[in-house]
Amino acid sequence: MPKLLTGAEIVFKCLEDQKVEHIFGYPGGAVLPIYDELKNHPSIKHILVRHEQGAGHAAEGYARSSGKPGVVLVTSGPGATNVVTALTDAYMDSVPLVCISGQVPTHLIGTDAFQECDTTGITRPCTKHNWLVKDINDLSKVMHEAFRVATTGRPGPVLIDIPKDIQFAKTKYKKPNKEKKLNGKSHNKFSKDQIDEFVKLLKKSKKPIIYSGGGVINSGPKASQALREFVEITGFPITSTLQGLGAYPGDDNQFLGMLGMHGTYEANNAMHDCDLLINIGARFDDRITGKIDEFSPNSKKVHIDIDPSSINKIIKVDLAIVGDVTSVISKINKTITKSKNGHSKSNKSNIAKWWEQIEKWREKDSLNFINSSESIKPQHAVRRLYELTKDKDTYVTTEVGQHQMWAAQHYKFNKPNRWMTSGGLGTMGYGLPAAVGVQIAHPEKLVIDIAGEASVLMTMQEMSTAVQYNLPIKIFILNNQYMGMVRQWQELLHEKNYSESYSEALPDFMKMAEAYGCKGIKADNPADLDDKIQEMIDYDGPVIFDCHVDPNENCFPMIPSGKPHNQMILGPNDQEENKIKGKGKALV
Amino acid sequence: MPKSKSAYSIPTKKQKPDTYIFVVWVDNEAGVLARVVGLFSGRGYNIESLAVAEVDAVKNISRITIVTTGTPQVIDQIRLQLTKLVPVHKVAEFKREDKGVIFKEMALFKVAGKRNKIQKCLNACKKFNPVILDETKNSAVIQITALRREIDKMNKKLKPLGLISTSRTGAVAMTRGAKIFN
Repeated sequence: MPKLLTGAEIVFKCLEDQKVEHIFGYPGGAVLPIYDELKNHPSIKHILVRHEQGAGHAAEGYARSSGKPGVVLVTSGPGATNVVTALTDAYMDSVPLVCISGQVPTHLIGTDAFQECDTTGITRPCTKHNWLVKDINDLSKVMHEAFRVATTGRPGPVLIDIPKDIQFAKTKYKKPNKEKKLNGKSHNKFSKDQIDEFVKLLKKSKKPIIYSGGGVINSGPKASQALREFVEITGFPITSTLQGLGAYPGDDNQFLGMLGMHGTYEANNAMHDCDLLINIGARFDDRITGKIDEFSPNSKKVHIDIDPSSINKIIKVDLAIVGDVTSVISKINKTITKSKNGHSKSNKSNIAKWWEQIEKWREKDSLNFINSSESIKPQHAVRRLYELTKDKDTYVTTEVGQHQMWAAQHYKFNKPNRWMTSGGLGTMGYGLPAAVGVQIAHPEKLVIDIAGEASVLMTMQEMSTAVQYNLPIKIFILNNQYMGMVRQWQELLHEKNYSESYSEALPDFMKMAEAYGCKGIKADNPADLDDKIQEMIDYDGPVIFDCHVDPNENCFPMIPSGKPHNQMILGPNDQEENKIKGKGKALV
Repeated sequence: MPKSKSAYSIPTKKQKPDTYIFVVWVDNEAGVLARVVGLFSGRGYNIESLAVAEVDAVKNISRITIVTTGTPQVIDQIRLQLTKLVPVHKVAEFKREDKGVIFKEMALFKVAGKRNKIQKCLNACKKFNPVILDETKNSAVIQITALRREIDKMNKKLKPLGLISTSRTGAVAMTRGAKIFN
């Protein structure tokens, strides 16, 4: 007869069988049996965070940079409610997380027991699926199924709620089943006809554009490889969503930069004027489309996505291919190559005019800004950071706000999984704990959190985690003393009524660094910036870099709300020109 | 154009909503109804009526019938979102006008009054297979099966005849003929 194991032992058995190496968590009453078991499993390392939200974001950073699911372990009640933000964030951005939460013993459920909450009820709308394990005999099956649900199809977070008595109860352990049918939830059944139709559209097109998204990253490094090949053999211009950055090299000439609300002039205009729009693993988010009625009005639209519910959700498409990006694009590449009979003659001549037009838009240089020798411009800071770190295979996380958009615009990514940012949910406080998770997954790599001073204060306590595990993460704060994006919207839409968006009484980040036991560096002079950044990179340990930037800088270009792609507001250089023109006219 | 004054776009173009009936086969497990209903409320879809019960005790399958309204795009989304739920096996949807499908609701009417009033009620219900489930000297409980709007109508009609309480199920649906939905 096989040995009987306790619930806590089974949890670890499952984690071992799922090849989990790191878990991010915080102990508490209802998970103590699991924590007690930790010592017997040396292959699994536990990272103690300072707040459960940090555990969730760290697991997200871990998952997004490594392609493996992130595992979170929290206690009942407040432990579970604190992790809700991170679960929702992971749900919006399709990040595979497995969250294990303790629960009060089965017989106390529903009695308002100490640290009890309806965890599965609370997390139902922010997970792909969740389970309350009320029978020890279900535990191993549920654990393995949880990993499968989190990592297959469109990835996402799951939660397993385990009452304390179940952690003590004993039963036989069941190994994971060999891949069985996925209950109809896996979608990779595209047809040859669809591919042929797609190739036909490609050949006819005179003004095509590829718009790629986070699905390419989620599909794994092979997807990026296939995408690069596809762009090369077609010669088409490509733009990317915020989440898709890095799938295609950011410094390549065929790359038009990011699209959307703060995307480049050329990317957005190309989206608007194109005759063929190829969406690969993106979801027509409202930050991308702008005004729906006027979104890319004259194009045939193709949507490649693994999630059938993403098709026609926002934008009606002419051809939908539901499948995994890697398999779909590889198949397309093969079909194109075959149809050319080995000759690499493409329809590149067809689209020569289109490229001319794109080059004209490019001349606007929409990411420009007026640099200064007196104060550090935030865009300049990101550009210098990029120049000084681009050869190091750097991993970048961000918080949410202006700094995030500047990072997306001015830092160029050449590989997938190097860029971790909260896009869907827009969670301030994401970047610092995410950097912790990234550094755990890649101990030898340079990990930078490009942060804002307001965001970073939301999860600042995780510096303590970084110091405890000697994780040399670099927190690069673009400090403008404002919630910059809020201030920008107030400036543009609310008559400069800067209601509550100025942070008075900001902490002294140098002293804060000292208090946490890490290094603090402060920069407020453009002349010293490079040296200070270099000092940060060279320092072997966590650093808080307080970069004082021009507080009045706005993030341009931008599509104002309710406007289509071709009505962007450009940066100050352009506005200046227009102003002079306006005055000139008045003089005449 | 009105200025939206927000970081979001203003809603534009509206399509006409229609009534649809969804039939969802799910694992009969704890919380499954909450998942289905939560999907509707969370995404702002409408539920006009809901009927749910186990239909296969061996395979542990429940059948949920939901009447909802929405534009074709919303109806598509409801189907696709429902299909994504882990305990959902299959989803079917029918337009209310679909001739190939039978829709039925059951209602219980409690009528207080003398015999002749109750008889009047029964006559009024004649088309809908009225059955008397309980009868006293001055009351009766009448069961009818009918379409939603017919029950609505009866509900109004019986009020002056002594109707004091109504209880009704949500609609259930079944395709005509030997075919079943797969």
